Amino acid sequence: MTEHVIGADVIIVGGGAVGTTFAAMTASAGLSPVLIDREAPKTLAAEPFDGRAFAFSYGTKRILETMGVWSALDNDAEPILAIRVSEERSPFFLHYVHDDLGPDPLGWLVESRHLRRALHDAVARSGVRFLAPASVEQDTRDAYSGIVTLADGRRLRAPLIVAADGANSPLRTRAGIAVTKWDYGQIAIVTTVVHERPHRGIAHEHFRAPGPFAILPLRGNRSSLVWVEQPETARALLALERPDFDRELRTRFGDFLGTVESSGPIWSYPLRLRLARRYVAPRLALLGDSAHTLHPLAGQNLNLAFRDAATLLDVLVDARRRGEDLGARDVLERYERQRRGANLAMFAATDGLNRLFSNDRLWLRGLRGLGLAAVDRLPGVKRAFMGYARGSGGNLPSLARGESP
Amino acid sequence: MTPSPAASLRTTIDPDEVDKFARLAETWWDPDGPFRPLHRLNPVRLEYIRSKLIQHFGRDSRSFLPFDGLRLLDLGCGGGLLAEPMARLGFTVVGADAAAENVRVARHHAANIGLAIDYVHSTAEELAQWGERFDAILALEVVEHVSDVGTFAAACATMLKPGGALVLSTLNRTLRSYALGVVAAEYLLRWVPVGTHDWNKFLRPSELARALRGVGLELSDLTGMSFSPRSNQWRLTDDLTVNYLGLATRSRA
Repeated sequence: MTEHVIGADVIIVGGGAVGTTFAAMTASAGLSPVLIDREAPKTLAAEPFDGRAFAFSYGTKRILETMGVWSALDNDAEPILAIRVSEERSPFFLHYVHDDLGPDPLGWLVESRHLRRALHDAVARSGVRFLAPASVEQDTRDAYSGIVTLADGRRLRAPLIVAADGANSPLRTRAGIAVTKWDYGQIAIVTTVVHERPHRGIAHEHFRAPGPFAILPLRGNRSSLVWVEQPETARALLALERPDFDRELRTRFGDFLGTVESSGPIWSYPLRLRLARRYVAPRLALLGDSAHTLHPLAGQNLNLAFRDAATLLDVLVDARRRGEDLGARDVLERYERQRRGANLAMFAATDGLNRLFSNDRLWLRGLRGLGLAAVDRLPGVKRAFMGYARGSGGNLPSLARGESP
Repeated sequence: MTPSPAASLRTTIDPDEVDKFARLAETWWDPDGPFRPLHRLNPVRLEYIRSKLIQHFGRDSRSFLPFDGLRLLDLGCGGGLLAEPMARLGFTVVGADAAAENVRVARHHAANIGLAIDYVHSTAEELAQWGERFDAILALEVVEHVSDVGTFAAACATMLKPGGALVLSTLNRTLRSYALGVVAAEYLLRWVPVGTHDWNKFLRPSELARALRGVGLELSDLTGMSFSPRSNQWRLTDDLTVNYLGLATRSRA
């Protein structure tokens, strides 16, 4: 036999946030991962400020801390000290202050450029074999192993393939895993805004009939903006010259932070729901967006992805300690059992909120106002709700408890 | 190659039992096949074997290769459901089964998955006569199928190196085990084929301890295994009335 096959414990397809994180955590745990991405790592790390940011939950921060990655982000992450939820034409609002829950902030805003750099450093530090640029030509999975053939002819073999290849996951499609799809008929405009006055760590979630308008604090006098509109309005806004766009922005944003203007690229995403019916197939596990893409309302996609990664790590380390086959169906189903239900619960919560608020009927508005006021006055309810959104409830994987698996 | 025992060799194998498993051998590795109950049982069995042997041999509980350098015999290895994990954990593994078909299935599977395991079509008594020696022996779900427990235990004791350990599991001979292990598992739930178990061959822990003591092995731990319908999983318990595991050790002297 002359053909060389690269052997590993797990082949991770996709070098985005969840793929790189999972690669770094498995390598640190003593497993042997190979990470594949289409883009060269240098191109990715050198990408300029792209204007996107993630809202990290406490659980996600804990995972990164345990991995030793947080220290590289701490200086650039902005803590969320309070969240103010309000509604168009309603006098009620909800105000969450972190003191209600304990000493920690309610979350942290991390810009994607900083996260990417920190994760690529972690991948390099933990000795992950990173094949990039490389694209998957074919993947086959049988009773004994998973085999990935790259476009350049190289072949990789492992008991398990992990799909971290995004919301439109080609691996998921080839495995024949069905997906529940829903198009919200909304478009999210995402950009960074610079404002005159400091935000004081307050995040704003303003519900308007066309969709939520969220202002999330970044370092300095800057905020990350997620502005959801009906497609026609969004397209019109995106077609505007920058000064005109900024004028429209100000009419929605208001002047509570002084003069505001957009800065850097403006992104837009159609809001879609993607829920894979199964998270696993023989010798395949779906991670993050390949398994679930929720409405970005609560900013939970990345947090759920990190929770998936840390849970799959626990399952694999546990299996390896027992000498089990890492790609065996019963092993993979342990991961699916732990994550699928939890992610569905988060889906129900965010989807319900969006449907409730993206609606202009008068009686609903009255009800919503009452609801917000009621939640605000019942500290127990509010704490439970917030604890869940922060990712500190439920069954925590080891890394989220500050432990190595 | 299959070793051919001398015709006069005394064996504890009951020919009816050998046939029964040979018929099922092809489907050993199908987690939803006829051996589904063993697949379900495997995580707790592995947990027990691993933790007891790590403790016994003073190995590192966080290591992925805790048993490096030790030699293990898996008696009644079937399709290799325990032998393969043991090989991954660092043991040099010999798997023995009295059914030639099982041995063929196990060899085929190990070769394809890339594990070096020496599978032999043989019995405890034969291996003992050939002078094979091991640090650890596994005999799980085996003693209730052998025709003479005393002879079987003696063969195990002969093969264990001083300071070695034997892990066993079987079914207790109680009314509950009759109800759950035979009536429920075979007739009602159809977990295992009818006729898999002969309740009269089930062993009480005291009987097992006596048989082992008779050959110089000390039973140092007994742990129950019970199925929880609520979680649909097996777990380790203190309740020994149906399925139980045991650890027996040979003194270092």
